[in-house]
Amino acid sequence: MSSELVIKNLHANIGDKEILKGVNLTVKPGTIHAIMGPNGSGKSTLSNTIMGHPSYTVTAGEVWYKGQNILELDVDKRAKLGLFLAFQYPVSIPGVTVANFLRAAINGHRAVEGKDTRETQIPMAQYRKDIREKMAALGVDEAFARRYLNDGFSGGEKKRIEILQMSMLKPSMAIMDETDSGLDIDALKVVSQGVNTLVQDNSEMGVLVITHYQRLLNYIKPHVVSVMMEGRIVREGGPELALELEERGYDFIREEVFGNGN
Amino acid sequence: MTLEANELEFDYSKYGFRQEENYVFKSGKGLSEAVVRELSMMKGEPEWMLKRRLQALAIFYKKPTPLDGAWGNPDLASLNYDDIHYFVRAGDKPASDWDAVPEEIKNTFERLGIPEAERKFLAGVGAQYESEVVYHSLREEWSKRGVIFLDTDSALREQPEMFKQYFGTIIPSADNKYAALNTAVWSGGSFVYVPKGVHVDIPLQAYFRINAENMGQFERTLIIIDEGASAHYIEGCTAPQYSTNSLHSAVVEIVVKKGGKFRYTTIQNWANNIFNLVTKRAVAFEDASMEWVDGNIGSKLTMKYPSVYLMGRGARGEVLSVAYAGKGQHQDAGAKMVHNAPDTTSVITNKSVSKGGGKTTYRGLVKVHPGATGSKINVNCDALILDNLSKSDTIPYIEVEEANVTLAHEATVGRIGEEQLFYLMSRGISQAEAMSMIVLGFMEPFTRELPMEYAVELNRLIQLEMEGSVG
Repeated sequence: MSSELVIKNLHANIGDKEILKGVNLTVKPGTIHAIMGPNGSGKSTLSNTIMGHPSYTVTAGEVWYKGQNILELDVDKRAKLGLFLAFQYPVSIPGVTVANFLRAAINGHRAVEGKDTRETQIPMAQYRKDIREKMAALGVDEAFARRYLNDGFSGGEKKRIEILQMSMLKPSMAIMDETDSGLDIDALKVVSQGVNTLVQDNSEMGVLVITHYQRLLNYIKPHVVSVMMEGRIVREGGPELALELEERGYDFIREEVFGNGN
Repeated sequence: MTLEANELEFDYSKYGFRQEENYVFKSGKGLSEAVVRELSMMKGEPEWMLKRRLQALAIFYKKPTPLDGAWGNPDLASLNYDDIHYFVRAGDKPASDWDAVPEEIKNTFERLGIPEAERKFLAGVGAQYESEVVYHSLREEWSKRGVIFLDTDSALREQPEMFKQYFGTIIPSADNKYAALNTAVWSGGSFVYVPKGVHVDIPLQAYFRINAENMGQFERTLIIIDEGASAHYIEGCTAPQYSTNSLHSAVVEIVVKKGGKFRYTTIQNWANNIFNLVTKRAVAFEDASMEWVDGNIGSKLTMKYPSVYLMGRGARGEVLSVAYAGKGQHQDAGAKMVHNAPDTTSVITNKSVSKGGGKTTYRGLVKVHPGATGSKINVNCDALILDNLSKSDTIPYIEVEEANVTLAHEATVGRIGEEQLFYLMSRGISQAEAMSMIVLGFMEPFTRELPMEYAVELNRLIQLEMEGSVG
């Protein structure tokens, strides 16, 4: 059973429009893998399709993780397999506190089919201790535990809460969708540190970092960089590729891949 | 992945509430002058009450069933008044202590959790089994402070003057067809009097339920909060499922005098074959505050618009309500606020959830009479629709006859968000649990106003239905 995330010839539509046009990509365990690409290249569609967003229809291809084609699984089952998506735009749920939501998420992960949830759920004392520690580490005020999930949070607060969730749920494969968007430099540092700590604690963890800019990659250092354009992965390289993109922009790759004046 | 909300009907049979019928007295089906006379005689009522009942009966006969118009509903056409028992009495006398309550009735109450609630924090219980209160207790210190908490029949005997002074003054028989019906055949309900300056800080509670098939329940509640006094009254309802239509038609009259504060909390959970047609009205005098906290979960059709008449300067009225309509249900609920004095304030907050073909209607009236200057009105209606079968309507009537008034009105209708479901499920939460989290979160502004045990019970009920029905 491999804990590689293997994407094979993935095609996906929004409505009638094809966005992913045959994505092939492998994210290895213990690897930070960045996907860079210009706006509209299909990066967010890729992350949402992997997680199972209902607005995207898969028309062809497979996504394998831990021995299963996860495209056949419900969203919650994908999460329980160890996948986590840090949202570009986290959704607010009025009336549901961060603390209650996170406890439900943890208990959802711990639930075993056919077993009484009272046996599997996290003991309250342990949960309280965990959430306090993680909040302190991420510089999140404890008062947030009692606030409604993402309701009235600033962009930076939402992203911190995403990382808080990630550090509580301890995924084996995390997808970070434009996590740097809307973050100032201080928030960016805190969020990156949170991710790096998780990776240090779990040497088998894979991270797929989706970003438009190189900036985030100064803080979360990738082992592999893939470039996405027009719904496909068009180039793969090491960290130096990110720096080259920063310097030269995406056009040189576009020219190499699609030719001049296409 | 399908994101439809599937079945969320409340299947009452699984709660096993139905008990064998074992009544001391049960009138035949149907309504007539003879039935009303017999009922009044059985209760040993004074002559004036019999007269009042008979007058009300005449009004009931005369008024047409409100099938259309501003406050009508065509679904009332299927209500058959001849197919209802108008009076049933279980047990002989209201029992003064728990040991004296018949075993079978006790079983029913135990399923409703009364004894436990009592142990924990109940101060007074008026528990209505069928048409008459069989169990009633009141903490001693309250009686010492002059607080009266009786079933309404006893109050007519024991507090005849106060009773006659207020009965039918807030809601006259002619107010509407169902107020007339209630006045003609009322039985049971609660009577509360809180004397000047007395604060009752633990809620007064009463449980109501229907058991006999086709039996109407017409409880009558009269509450008087004297100057500067305060109290909270809680009424919770539940009933087993039967196949033919039943009718519940209550009248609740409340007077809050100068500087008094009162809250009336209801969780209505009648079985899905019951017509629940209730008239609830309060008058609030100078600087008084009246709050209706009203939850409608059950019934086939509920029509209920708790109202506050703001009669003195600085009076404040609030209605906070939540409605849930599943398959075959229509919750037609709202509020009425009538501003009759300057500097009065009203707040209406209505939240509704419809699912599986259910329908919710917010219907409300805000009326500001000339001279009610400086009045402030805030109306907020949010509807959540869980699938394509279900519906929600908002019908707000606003009549302002005074220029110097601040009025804010906001209404939203939303479908359960795919984005919200996706977000929660992406964290390992099942679809059913995600749905119930979103619904409970939506209802939270209501739930947080309930005493803890009621909040837990309400949340649990909705969670159970979600778990048992989806995926």
